[in-house]
Order: sequence, then structure tokens, then C-alpha cells
Amino acid sequence: MNLLPYGDTAVLLSCESLDEARRWHAAIETEVEGYDDLVMGAESVLVRTDRERVAAIRAAIGDLRPPASVPPAIGSAVEIPTRYDGPDLEAVATHTGLSHAEVIAAHTACTWTVAFGGFAPGFVYLTGEDERLHMPRRSSPRTRIPAGSVGLAGAFSGVYPRESPGGWQLIGHTDMAMWDLDRDPPAALLPGHQVRFVESS
Amino acid sequence: MTFTVVAAGAQSLVQDTGRPGYAAMGVSRSGAYDRASLRRANRIAGNPADAAGLEVLMGGLRLRAGADHLVCLSGAVGPADLDGNPVHHEWPTLVRAGQTLTLGTPVIGMRTYVTVRGSIEVAPVLGSRSTDLLSHIGPAPLTDGDVLTVGSVGGEPIVGEPAGGQPEWRLGTGDVTLQLTSGPHTGWFIDTALDLLCQTRWAVSAESNRVGLRLDGPRIGRKRTDELPSAPCLRGSIQITADGQPIVFGPDHPVTGGYPVIAVVHDADADLLGQARPGQGVRFGR
Repeated sequence: MNLLPYGDTAVLLSCESLDEARRWHAAIETEVEGYDDLVMGAESVLVRTDRERVAAIRAAIGDLRPPASVPPAIGSAVEIPTRYDGPDLEAVATHTGLSHAEVIAAHTACTWTVAFGGFAPGFVYLTGEDERLHMPRRSSPRTRIPAGSVGLAGAFSGVYPRESPGGWQLIGHTDMAMWDLDRDPPAALLPGHQVRFVESS
Repeated sequence: MTFTVVAAGAQSLVQDTGRPGYAAMGVSRSGAYDRASLRRANRIAGNPADAAGLEVLMGGLRLRAGADHLVCLSGAVGPADLDGNPVHHEWPTLVRAGQTLTLGTPVIGMRTYVTVRGSIEVAPVLGSRSTDLLSHIGPAPLTDGDVLTVGSVGGEPIVGEPAGGQPEWRLGTGDVTLQLTSGPHTGWFIDTALDLLCQTRWAVSAESNRVGLRLDGPRIGRKRTDELPSAPCLRGSIQITADGQPIVFGPDHPVTGGYPVIAVVHDADADLLGQARPGQGVRFGR
């Protein structure tokens, strides 16, 4: 792990893998105080504070040893009811060599873990154990992806919380709200949660 | 106690200093682009430094007072009047019931901050009254006819004392100079990339907004062309996008980004990103 300055009010832990990043995140969350934000990336962790506290936080992280394994998931798995009618289901089947039914079976059998949040409120990157579902992004992204779209990109799955442009391979759709400001917390999924997709008709 | 928005201007937003702590949910801090100016205007108006005021992009705002109020303008400098009488910049100004405050187009800077003693009362979302235009969180932008509620004032002093260490207003029409720290992904760029970044007089693009300040200038080339694993970003992160041009993230930046970050602008200097005008020169120093 490389501990790097990130501007003059933050530090970034640059890690070798998502697993390593998650272990450092767990250690900082438990042992370090005085930061305003602790943010996961795919292979990094950002710790944001202010100019007065950044040196002390950097020293505290330097003294930490992360746990040997990622902490267990929080609570029971969140179920996401999904209709597998996405426009890229055929492309995914072709790329993976699986039938449509086998793609759906693989996606629903997998226990997904929320790795980190990202480009929009309520959007989280999900990791799973089944490498058969790894897909490249679409070579030409769509300008308009409907809210609730369930997709695959790289080693991740995810649900678009609202309409947006995007390059993920869309395999289905859920009516479950990933983001609702009238709910507490407003995000349906948070880092540390586990997720299962459940096929609905 | 209220103000009526007679004219909203191009983009007038309620802003305080943002909602830190929600990055794990994909929610950026948001808040005033030029925090130092909002804070100065709040102190002069006798408010807590982080209270909600208005961020007015390129003037055009007209407010009619429903009661007597103390207001202050800071940030971008331009003509401003109260029923035709000039309003001084960064000065406590008494606005009587029925009077109309008009902001003209700034001649220096882009964003004027308007604070009122008692601050703007609007329902907070995730703990803040800031308007996040990327995530659509917080109050809607002002429109003509809106009525703004002003909070009642407790026992605070009439004019707040400035806290130590606030930077002086230092924007003019000349080049803006910003200090930076080299970023986590400098190894993704050609060896001369950081020198090129710091030796170039960049020009602010008109394509800039609260998400980021786009800069025009020489292409900064990459050594690595593979996709960067998504990494967390901050206001002030300088990404080099596919066209080799820098974008410096503003307050409504996406929490994680997929382009390599060559450097990060120091936090206090990042306030000036909200005031640099299209075509204005920007320089970076280490």
C-alpha cells in the first residue's frame, strides 16, 4: 500500500486490490478519528479532513495494521427483484458462451458484495465470485439508460439509480428504488452490504 | 421575513458550505464554489460562517425585500444597486422593506455571494441547504417569483469578527495562480506531463460549470492507456480526460472518477476555480 498526499487536506491509500483497499478501510473506520470523509475506490481509499488535521491522520494511518481479512457483511443480503429483459442479454450470452437462462442463473445464484459507491447517489459497484459474468463495457455508451437498469461491466454488476448515460451491458431492470431522499438512509445499498438478485416476472 | 425573487438571473442557487460525510453514498460535498467569499459575506452580515446564502452566477438577480434586512455582497465584483443607489462590495447594507436589490453583470469574477442576516431558510437535505446540480439534491435553483424566507436572528453580535487565516480576496482580471500537489496517477502520464501542466498558461473554457472547470491548452499525453480503476476524487482534483485536456473538479464533482488524476489543487485555492472567467488565464504552481 502506498500512502500518498491528495492535495493539502487529504491522503489516498493506493492499494494492490479491492480486497486490500477494503481491509484498510475497515482498519481506518475502527481505529482512526478526525476525518470528514472516508471513501472507497476500486483499489484505493481516500481520507479527507482539513489542513490542520491531515498530518496527524497521515501519522495514525502509518501506525495501522489492517486486518487479515475483510470484515463480514452487514446484515442479511438485500434482495433486488429483477426482470431479465435487458437489451444486452444477448450480447452477454454470446460473449460468455452461456445461454440466456444460464446467464440469469449465474447472476441470481451469485452473492454480490457492495464494494464502493460512485458516480451518482445510490450507485454502487457490486463484486461477485462468478468470473463467467465479467464483461467489457459497450464500445459505444448509450446516451440514455433508464433508471433501475441492471448491468455488468468489467468485474462488477450494478443498478443505475436514475436515468443517465452509460456504457454498462444491461441485462435487466428493477423497480426497487436505489435512491430515495425520503428514506433513511436514502441509499438502498451501502459498502459492506451483500446483495442477491431475484428473478421476477 | 422574506425576499421576493423579481428576477432570478442565469443561475442563482442557495448554498451553504456543503454536506461532507456522504461520499460513501455517492453524494459529493457540494456547497459554495467560492467558500471563502460566502464565509466573508456571512461574517459581515452577522451570520455563522457556514450559513446558507445565495450564489449568483454572472449577476442578473433582483430581490425585493418584504421587511428590513441586513445584507452583504461578496465574491464577484460588479454593479449592484438598491433602488438605483450603489451598494458597496463586502459591506453591511441595510435593505428596507419594499426596496429592490439588483445585481448587474460582474466585471471581475463569476459568482457573487449574497448573504442576509438570519440566513436563507429552506429545508435542509442530508444536513445541508446546498444545491447540488449534478446529483439533484437540495433546493431547486431560484426562479422568477420565488419567495425566500429569512431566518430569525438570535442573540448573535451585529457583525461577526473575522476568523483568523481567511485569505484576502485576490482575484482580478489577470491570470489565476493555483497551488497544487502532484496526484496519485502521475505515473500514467508522459514524464514531462507535470512540468507541462505547471508551465502552461491555460485558458478557462466556456464549457465550465459547478461540476468542473475545463481548461484549454496543449495536450497532456499518457504513458498508460488502460482504464483506471475508479478512484475517489475531491474538489480540486485535476483529471486529464480523453482529449488530453485538464478538468479541475468543482463542488458538484462525481465522487469517483475513471480518468487519471495528475494533481490536486490546494483546498483554499480551489475557491478561485469558481471565479475564473472563460478565457481567463490559469497557472499552476507546485
